[in-house]
Amino acid sequence: MLNQLAFLYCASVIIGTALLAVRFKNPVYSVLSVLVLFFHMAGLYLLLNAEFLAAIQIIVYAGAVLVLYLFVLFLVSLREEVKIERFIKSHRLATAVSIGLGLSLLMIIPSFKLGAKGEYPVERITELTHTKAMGFELYSTYLLPFEVAGLILLIAVIGGLVLARKEEEIK
Amino acid sequence: MIPLSWYMALAAILFGIGIYGFLARRNIIIMMLSIELMLNAVNINMVAMSHYLDSLRGHTFTLFIITVAAAEAAIGLGLIIILFRNKKTVYVDHINELKG
Repeated sequence: MLNQLAFLYCASVIIGTALLAVRFKNPVYSVLSVLVLFFHMAGLYLLLNAEFLAAIQIIVYAGAVLVLYLFVLFLVSLREEVKIERFIKSHRLATAVSIGLGLSLLMIIPSFKLGAKGEYPVERITELTHTKAMGFELYSTYLLPFEVAGLILLIAVIGGLVLARKEEEIK
Repeated sequence: MIPLSWYMALAAILFGIGIYGFLARRNIIIMMLSIELMLNAVNINMVAMSHYLDSLRGHTFTLFIITVAAAEAAIGLGLIIILFRNKKTVYVDHINELKG
């Protein structure tokens, strides 16, 4: 019962802040409402016994990615943004497409059937602690994808540096 | 106990909102923020399903999705900075050089 109340609170805040984020005139407000959304997403992960992912969600998403967005917004400072039109001309079509897609996704849900159970029931995860269990999985079954993720981060670092650098004048 | 369908419904609604933001907004930064919303909708689905399937597969995949989202944000925002430096605009309907 308490779990359900917590879920309903988190879900309503997530939907509300997501709607605000795509509707706000000022992009800084949008980014800040997405920040609130990410915190409640971490709350949902806690409800699902995924405390390591909740911590990662706050550290990486709320701490790093959104700060990056805020910095770029300040670099691209747009004073006139709040005064001019924020939607493209065909935004009615966009509304129709997104509502149609959301409704069709919602209607698909009842036909979903769970598959075979895996080998990590909640009791085992809580006994091992979630971080340790994920560490076991990451460094045994998913070792290669883990290394590839490291490579992707390296490419992102180099790419970000190269892209954001000012072009020096060639003599 | 929370039914799995609640999580899936939340994810579907969040994904729809992300699609709406991506299609309707003019500002390319808000469009990228909407992509983050969609990625988070997928993450909810992944974590909820792997919780109800007694598996850790979804959790590991969520970790990888977060990694890729961080990389995507870094590269994409770098591209936006270049775009702003060259074109002095971040509105997608001003970027129409290829239109005949």
